[in-house]
Formats: sequence, C-alpha cells, structure tokens
Amino acid sequence: MASSPFMDRSSTPAIPAHWRDFVALTKPRVMTLVVFTGLCGLLAAPGHLHPVLAFTAILCIAIGAGAAAALNQWYEADIDAKMKRTAGRPLPAGRMDRQSALHFGVGLSFFSVLLMGVATNWLAAAVLAVSILFYVFVYTIWLKPRTTQNIVIGGAAGAFPPVIGWAAVTGDITALPIALFMLIFFWTPPHFWALALFVKTDYAAANIPMLPVVAGEVATRRQIWFYTAIMAAAAMAPVLMQLTGLIYGVTALVGTALFVLFAFQVLRHRETDPSRMKPERRLFKYSIIYLFVLFGAVVADRWVLA
Amino acid sequence: MTPEEDEQVRSRQKSRAILTGLLLGALVILFYAITIAKIGGAE
Repeated sequence: MASSPFMDRSSTPAIPAHWRDFVALTKPRVMTLVVFTGLCGLLAAPGHLHPVLAFTAILCIAIGAGAAAALNQWYEADIDAKMKRTAGRPLPAGRMDRQSALHFGVGLSFFSVLLMGVATNWLAAAVLAVSILFYVFVYTIWLKPRTTQNIVIGGAAGAFPPVIGWAAVTGDITALPIALFMLIFFWTPPHFWALALFVKTDYAAANIPMLPVVAGEVATRRQIWFYTAIMAAAAMAPVLMQLTGLIYGVTALVGTALFVLFAFQVLRHRETDPSRMKPERRLFKYSIIYLFVLFGAVVADRWVLA
Repeated sequence: MTPEEDEQVRSRQKSRAILTGLLLGALVILFYAITIAKIGGAE
C-alpha cells in the first residue's frame, strides 16, 4: 500500500519538473482508448452537437482521464518505484515532487468537469466527475491494494467515456450507452489479466494482489474465460435488444467469436514461463483491436446505415 | 545550487512559462469558439 501520500512533503527535487513530465503524468498512451470510446459514444448518440462543443467534450474526457492518471501516480509513487515497468515515471524517478502531481491532478479534474458542464450539460459533467472519483478513490486507493478482483470493479472507471460522450449530445443516458458501458466493464478483466499473466513478476515485486500473483495462473485462466463469457453476452446484448444495426451485429458476432477462441486457448494453455506465453500475448493484443473495432461498428451503424 | 543547476532551473522555468502562455492563448480561442457556438445554438 502507498505510504501516506497525503502527508508527504519529502524528496522535493531542487529543480522544477520539466513540462514533459507533466504530460507523462497524464499517461497519454492509455488516453487513446478512453478518447476513442468517448468519441464513439458521442458519434453514436442521436441528435446534433456543434463541432466545437463536441471537440470540447472529447477534450474534457481526455483531460479528465489525464487528471485521474496523475492522481493515480501521485498516490502510487512508492509502488511504481518497485516495478521495472513504472520506475521511470516522473515521481518514482525523482523528477517531480508529489505535491506538484497532486495539485496538477486536482486542478485538471476541476477544470475538465467545469468545462464539460459549461460547454455541454451538467449530466455529462457529473458522470465525468464520478468516473474520476471512482478511478482515484474506489480503484486506486481502496480496491487495488486489497483484492484480486481490483480491476473488475475498477474497470468501471474506464467504461464511463462512451456514457459521457453520449450524455454530452443527448443530455440523458439510455440503454445503448449502458450496454457500451457493460461491454468495456466485462472486457477489462480478460484484457488486464492476460497482461498480468506475462508481466506478473512486476506486480509481485510491488506487492499488488494481482490475480496471477495471489490465486495462481490456473485460477487466472479460468477467471479470464469466465469474464470472456459474460463479455460475449454483453457484446451481443445491443444486437438482441435491437439497439444497433447490421454492421455492429456482424462485427460483434465475428469479433466476439475470435475473442472467445483466443480466451479458450489461454484457458487450455499451461505455460508458466512468461516468454513462452504466446496465447496470452495474442489475447491481450487482440482485446485492444476488438474494442476499437466494435466501437467503430457502433458508429458505422449510425452514420453509414442512417 | 551550482551555476549549472541554476541555469537548468531558469531554462525549465522559461519553457514552462512559454507553454503556460500558449495554453492560455489556446483557452482564450476555445472559450471564444464555445461562446459563438452556444449563441448560434440558442438562436
């Protein structure tokens, strides 16, 4: 667990942080998926939003995600220092003091929520605020250091963007954005646990109760399979509920069948050496493509078929 | 603080000040565009 970052006044670097380190604090690479799903939610929603306001809504989603990432790194600086993958980040590497990261994260959070409210509507702003608070308090501070199911519930934070994008246009939340939320929510466990299978040594070093570290690899493979089955149902739900059209229907059917196949290969695989975990790496890489393609199909349904 | 460190501090302060100025300029343009879009939508 992180050691009292609320009280930390130590190790303030004499030299102020470079602006590039503030950018790095927002995890720009992770932001790509968040921005894309938010944009898809916005484009799939019925109604019209002025392009400037639509751009502002996406900007707010991106800034909100960056704020949450900055607050996550502020809280987890000591954990990040123990993992090879994260030791080079601005805080554990000593290029930035913790208080700057905290101020930066809180400032960006308020700014993104207020701008979203002013530019679009306060429902979208409220959902954005909930997503930031959920990521920081429920996932980072509460669940991540305590339970192996951390990323299951915590994954909800990453599932909010399409709902925010949709709400920015319509001012309400209906069945389709909720279905898209559920899709990302149940997609997150197989996606992250596939990664955790072949980078588990990192999580073990930081004492994070990632499923493969605590419950073992066989249990992780079973859990990946279990959540893939629920995710498959969530992916097909918009089709069965007639919320989407033919493009999404065909894409979801083929894409999900492949996902299930790759997850099944992971379930059957018994390799313990991370360098030989090809099915796990394949599932992880495919899971990213899968989400991009399915969300693209939701938008295509609305814009091409309409 | 050594002269080299002092120079590095000033260099960082300068680059951060320039970036802050650019961001503020971009925000001015964004808020102007939002205002125009909102007025247009209300009409």
